[in-house]
Amino acid sequence: MNARTTRALQCSAALVAAGLTLTACGSSGGGSSSGQSQSPSFEGRGPITYAAGKDSSGVVQKVIDSWNKLHPKEKVTFIQLPTDADSQRQQMIQNAETKSDAYTVLSLDVVWTSEFAAHQWVDKLPEKQFPLDEMLKPVVETAKYRDGLYAVPASSDGGVLYYRTDLLKKAGVTEAPTTWAEMKTACAKVKKLPEAEDMSCYAGQLQKYEGLTVNFSEAVNSAGGVVTDANGKPNVDTPEAKKGLDFLVDSVKDGTIPKEAITYQEEDGRQAFQDGKLIFLRNWPYVYSLAQKSQVAGKFAVAPLPGLNGPGSSSLGGHNLALSSFAKNKATALDFMKFFSSQDSASTFLKDASLAPPYQALYDDQALVKQYPYLPVLKKSILNAVPRPRVVQYGDVSSAIQQETYAALTGDKSSAQALKDLQEDLQKSAAE
Amino acid sequence: MVDTKIPPGTAADGPAGAAGGRAGQPAAPVKGSRRAWATAASGRTAALLVSPTLLVLTIVVLYPTIMALRESLYGPKGLDPKTGFISTTEPFVGLQNYADIFGAAGDRFWNAFWNTTFFTVVTVGLETLIGVAMALIMHRAFSGRALIRASILIPWAVPTAISGLLWRWIFNSNGVANAILGHQVLWTTEGFHAKVAVIIAEVWKTSPFIGLLVLAGLQVIPKEVYEAARIDGAGPLGQFRRITLPLVKPALLVAVLFRCLDALRMFDLPYILVGAQKNSVETLSMLAQNEASNVRFGPAAAYAVILFLYVFLIALGFVRLLGADVVGDGGSPRKKKSNSKRRRALGPDSAEVSA
Repeated sequence: MNARTTRALQCSAALVAAGLTLTACGSSGGGSSSGQSQSPSFEGRGPITYAAGKDSSGVVQKVIDSWNKLHPKEKVTFIQLPTDADSQRQQMIQNAETKSDAYTVLSLDVVWTSEFAAHQWVDKLPEKQFPLDEMLKPVVETAKYRDGLYAVPASSDGGVLYYRTDLLKKAGVTEAPTTWAEMKTACAKVKKLPEAEDMSCYAGQLQKYEGLTVNFSEAVNSAGGVVTDANGKPNVDTPEAKKGLDFLVDSVKDGTIPKEAITYQEEDGRQAFQDGKLIFLRNWPYVYSLAQKSQVAGKFAVAPLPGLNGPGSSSLGGHNLALSSFAKNKATALDFMKFFSSQDSASTFLKDASLAPPYQALYDDQALVKQYPYLPVLKKSILNAVPRPRVVQYGDVSSAIQQETYAALTGDKSSAQALKDLQEDLQKSAAE
Repeated sequence: MVDTKIPPGTAADGPAGAAGGRAGQPAAPVKGSRRAWATAASGRTAALLVSPTLLVLTIVVLYPTIMALRESLYGPKGLDPKTGFISTTEPFVGLQNYADIFGAAGDRFWNAFWNTTFFTVVTVGLETLIGVAMALIMHRAFSGRALIRASILIPWAVPTAISGLLWRWIFNSNGVANAILGHQVLWTTEGFHAKVAVIIAEVWKTSPFIGLLVLAGLQVIPKEVYEAARIDGAGPLGQFRRITLPLVKPALLVAVLFRCLDALRMFDLPYILVGAQKNSVETLSMLAQNEASNVRFGPAAAYAVILFLYVFLIALGFVRLLGADVVGDGGSPRKKKSNSKRRRALGPDSAEVSA
């Protein structure tokens, strides 16, 4: 099938799916107009599958249905994997290790790209056929491995700072803090209020799990350090990284972060914030709509994460689409990936499931901003974001980070020692 | 398939492997002796009749076990720094995965090994004490006994994963446990308190099991024995020590064996209650699972094989102990009885694993 027919199909499919205007359609087709002829490996048309985590909102099936209506001979079957990321990854690896063609298009967590690409479980994709320049740059970076594109961004996510506007206002703080020091000062002022006496200042996700890797990386990046440099080499035994880790460790010590926060995952922190126990909370955008239904509704707002000397850097979340190397009907798969990652689909995902889109334009859409007031903050957060370490052995890197950071947080090690040991561990797993 | 399913397989290997051995052994002598006195035709019929069983055992027990053993001789795939791709074949490393346990990388293994052993000894010890006490209470005649018996069963009926969630909620920083203590203990962080949390949840869940098995043992003790003891002037403590305990011992030992095998392969409770990769509670099953999920199937298989041997040795020791003890205070008829018990001891366990 030539590029024009593909585009026409994609365009009409998009129209049905989201009912957007012709201009939007033109722009989404524009990205692939410069595309070269398809590489020979993407051959074969026919039914394919899409494997992703459980779809609680039902929107994925909705978008797939609209594709199926237009492509009766190239139907996509949605395979729902378990909710938690670890079991999804496990099933996908199992599928790849047995060279099974059961999964065609995979929904990969952004941190898995390197692993799946290095094992050649997913195909390298023709970069020019996707409108990557319309997407936020840090998001596109998560889909690359060694300069090759191995996945296409489908949804993104970034950390934001939730804060209690009512209390800050009462204490005479007019603006959200942009640095850690400002945040601590604001806390001190708020805590003088009688109603905030028993509150704690700040919390993130500090239990020993993936969330700790996210929060540690954010602290290090926000203090000007790096976990791994541009070439994937670990570099955490630096003064900058120490300042980042010290922020977390010292905050736990002096009570800025409550002691119990080292048992917090996303939901624990959200609960504490909604119960009025926290003045500031680092969390993902999903919290926004839930907190709006709680007792802090209307009393909070979002801001970019604070850093050491100015706004901090978030870690990136989200999912990318990849094409299994062992799948059949890859030509259909490629078309489906274009359709599923298109701006129109992204807009549907945002509207129906509040998934953060990878497309720049959607963050500036006034109608959407009205519905999701956190969009501008989220855009800033994603633009300032640094992907988590992009290494093949991500599992090992993440557990090493959790191990050492947690030792520092619980006071088993000094932060300097923890970073020194972490550097050694990371070098070891990078060498393997 | 084998490699990715290592954690449950680990557990399955133990008793199931033993089952395979048992089934395999009798088959050969039977065949040989038959041939000595029966016609070739009946030998063929026998082979025909046994073969489906052997086939099924080969597929579900022998093949996975051999595959796991084979896998444990291979190392992780290497990364080619030039292309950035992982090699497609696993290098053969012989016994390196086993040798590594004694090297610098063995810390995590030994930590998991001692955790597994510690949990087994402590939880089974506590469960035995509490279980026997429960059985003694349930054995007494009082109104509402059936209700008490049924309610004691509830913790055992709750799936481990669910009870893990339940206890995680109890041990939450603002949970019931801390409310009762009036002191904030962060149970799900690293440290000895994490071990305590796992032990409490495990003992809560499995004491009723020992209680029920011991109760079954208590109910077959004839009342006359106690009457005779009372006439001889034995107090309640004496009766318990001299009569109850020895007579209930076979049932108790079977229960303890069950629990030991179960506790050695403990995975879901610490995994859900405290979390993955927590040094304080990481068991061998958790370690093997973690290695496998990081695509290092070789070391994972090696850990699983070691756990299999460990479980096998403990089971063997128990079975020997059980047999020897009964021989000691009884005669040969009892020995036969203990043998059938031994089979039962292993039977349901392997069934549970494969389910």
